[in-house]
Amino acid sequence: MNWNTLFFVILPYVALFIAIIVTIYRGIYRPFSISSLSSQLLERRRLFWGSIPFHWGIIIILTGHLVALLVPRSIVLWNAHPLRLYLLELTGVGLGLWALIGLLVLSWRRMTVDRIRVISTPMDFVVLALLLISVVTGLITATYYRWGSYWFTGIFTPYIWGILTFRPDAAPLAPLPFTIKLHVFNFYLLTLAFAFSRLVHIITWPVGYLIRPWQIVIANRGLPVLNEEEASQ
Amino acid sequence: MNVRAHMSMLFHLDKCIGCHTCSIACKNLWTDRKGAEYMWWNNVETRPGAGYPTQWEDQEHFHGGWVYDGNGDGKPGKLRLRLQSRAGGLAKLFFNPDLPSLEDYYEPFTFRYGDLFNAPEGDDQPTAIPISQVTGRPLDIESGPNWDDDLGGSPLYAASDPNRRNLSPEVQEALSEVERVVFNYLPRICNHCLNPACVAACPSGAIYKRVEDGIVLVNENKCRGWRMCVAACPYKKVFYNWSTGKSEKCILCFPRMETGQAPACAHSCVGRIRYMGVLLYDADRIEAAAAVPDDRLLDAYMDTILDPFDPEVIAGARANGIDDGWIAAAQKSPVYKFAKVWKIALPLHLEYRTMAMMFYIPPLSPVMSTLENALTRLDINTEVEDFELLERLDAARLPVQYLANLFSVGDEQVIRRILRKMYAVRLYMRRKTVEGVMDDATLALLAGAGCTPEEAEAIYQLTTLPHVNDRFVLPPYHREMAVETWKDPLAHKGEVGIGYIQPPKRGD
Repeated sequence: MNWNTLFFVILPYVALFIAIIVTIYRGIYRPFSISSLSSQLLERRRLFWGSIPFHWGIIIILTGHLVALLVPRSIVLWNAHPLRLYLLELTGVGLGLWALIGLLVLSWRRMTVDRIRVISTPMDFVVLALLLISVVTGLITATYYRWGSYWFTGIFTPYIWGILTFRPDAAPLAPLPFTIKLHVFNFYLLTLAFAFSRLVHIITWPVGYLIRPWQIVIANRGLPVLNEEEASQ
Repeated sequence: MNVRAHMSMLFHLDKCIGCHTCSIACKNLWTDRKGAEYMWWNNVETRPGAGYPTQWEDQEHFHGGWVYDGNGDGKPGKLRLRLQSRAGGLAKLFFNPDLPSLEDYYEPFTFRYGDLFNAPEGDDQPTAIPISQVTGRPLDIESGPNWDDDLGGSPLYAASDPNRRNLSPEVQEALSEVERVVFNYLPRICNHCLNPACVAACPSGAIYKRVEDGIVLVNENKCRGWRMCVAACPYKKVFYNWSTGKSEKCILCFPRMETGQAPACAHSCVGRIRYMGVLLYDADRIEAAAAVPDDRLLDAYMDTILDPFDPEVIAGARANGIDDGWIAAAQKSPVYKFAKVWKIALPLHLEYRTMAMMFYIPPLSPVMSTLENALTRLDINTEVEDFELLERLDAARLPVQYLANLFSVGDEQVIRRILRKMYAVRLYMRRKTVEGVMDDATLALLAGAGCTPEEAEAIYQLTTLPHVNDRFVLPPYHREMAVETWKDPLAHKGEVGIGYIQPPKRGD
């Protein structure tokens, strides 16, 4: 076993396994601990300049990764025209910079605002550091190893599908530059941290709100025993 | 008809002395915890005043409650949350521009009392300096939960009361003249609305209304801290615990009520202004009643509350599994008597269309006076002042329009009718008990105010001399039966008690 296998085959499975099991455990047995842990009440101005760029930037970029994973062919076809390739790559870098700015504001806020510092846990700083590494390595990759949207579909799409279908093959990753490897390795660290940090709030994104009725009324009645008693009266 | 029961509280504002005992009882019982120091599930405001959080009634700013777009053009309109659409709510999760910040409440503080004992010996008296309960650092106290206490008429606080917006300039001016200054107290808890905006705004679906008594609760295990409820509640009675990352609100002391005790705020009330009782309401009418033009709102709202003596209502209640004990409690309910039978109690700010279920009896106020040759003179003929006052409610210091803005969607006539009735009862009882003779003029006055002598006696009794069991008509919750259907108590003997399933620690 070499480092490549350890980091890109063993680690992903360990990280995913822990993330899934602990998240399920937390969701069922420790639901009180799951929260977005918003600190907007305590400080709002810097949060505005940090939270919005970071969240939207990272969500769109992650969606881009997901698209390349799910429909790689369409990405390649899109990139067939250079102009469209530049457009895609520039959008990616722009969004990455947007997320980076947000992340820097959030880090600055967490470290300098008294009210925020007192409610910060060590894990909050770990998450911030991992996210910073993730965004910075991603930006370096996008800038120096062109064009990511091209080679991602050739290297990472098969690699990730291999992981997900239990036929892992990390060999194509071995010759990649350090930055890209770090970007991937760091993602697995984020996965490891997922269930133990505030990151779990990602899976609670409340899409059900779009369809649920406005009002929620919960009955403690209509229980079989009570109904029988009433019927006999 | 879909009959449901509701526990409602009634505040007799004419009796409130503004002592804040209710707030302290609530604070000691529920919110004396980290992250909850700034929350006042029960607070008492001085009116006219800015309130807590500051200017909470300014919905142009806070975007609470519901908006009805059918006002004016006669066509049936639609009801929508003022805060957000469904998709808009999800888009604003990362930053909610309408969320009040801690500055809108106040930074909670305590004092470093230890310094009084531990300070080194010196020439000066040691002092306990104020420190923030958030950061623990010294702070200059700039506001508090009742910072404008008793500051009626102040150019800063009373002048910023959103309910003064449509008062005439002369009345506005009179409100800030020293000789004419007036204020009353407004105790507030969660209104446990029939059409709650907090429930509708919660993306996680963590807030719900209990069927059995209508209490609106936050499921702390489902709450994810998206905090839309805080912004959507027009009364600003949902609070965000900055330590645990969960929303919290008044629970109407349901653990107390389930064991036959009145809520702590009501139980501790020094002026005995609070009444608790069951109301039966028609859940099928809520939606239609909330979506009518402003001028019909109060009537539509009152129509959703049902007559507990009506055989049809009783049958409907039984069909919905409402215990006979609850129906009996609804028939004795002081809230039902004041609000529906005597019609002198109103909900607060019905125009928010959340259908608030807590009721208020508007306060009477002294007669306006003017300064004349350095003497104050009442703006009223002193010989027949009692009678004249009824005809000249404008001479009362609290402007009728102001009360109407608070309690009757701006309709002055409703307030006039109630104040007339309250004055009439007062005059009738004064004739009877102080002077000992009843004259035709007083009886005519009473009849003119839409009140019979029997009714006046009953209002008098329940207002001034109620027994504790008259004020708090609490139904039997039979919680033991509800529990037994789920769990065999004997099987869990010794396993339950005081303690945490999990300490309420802030998650990582």
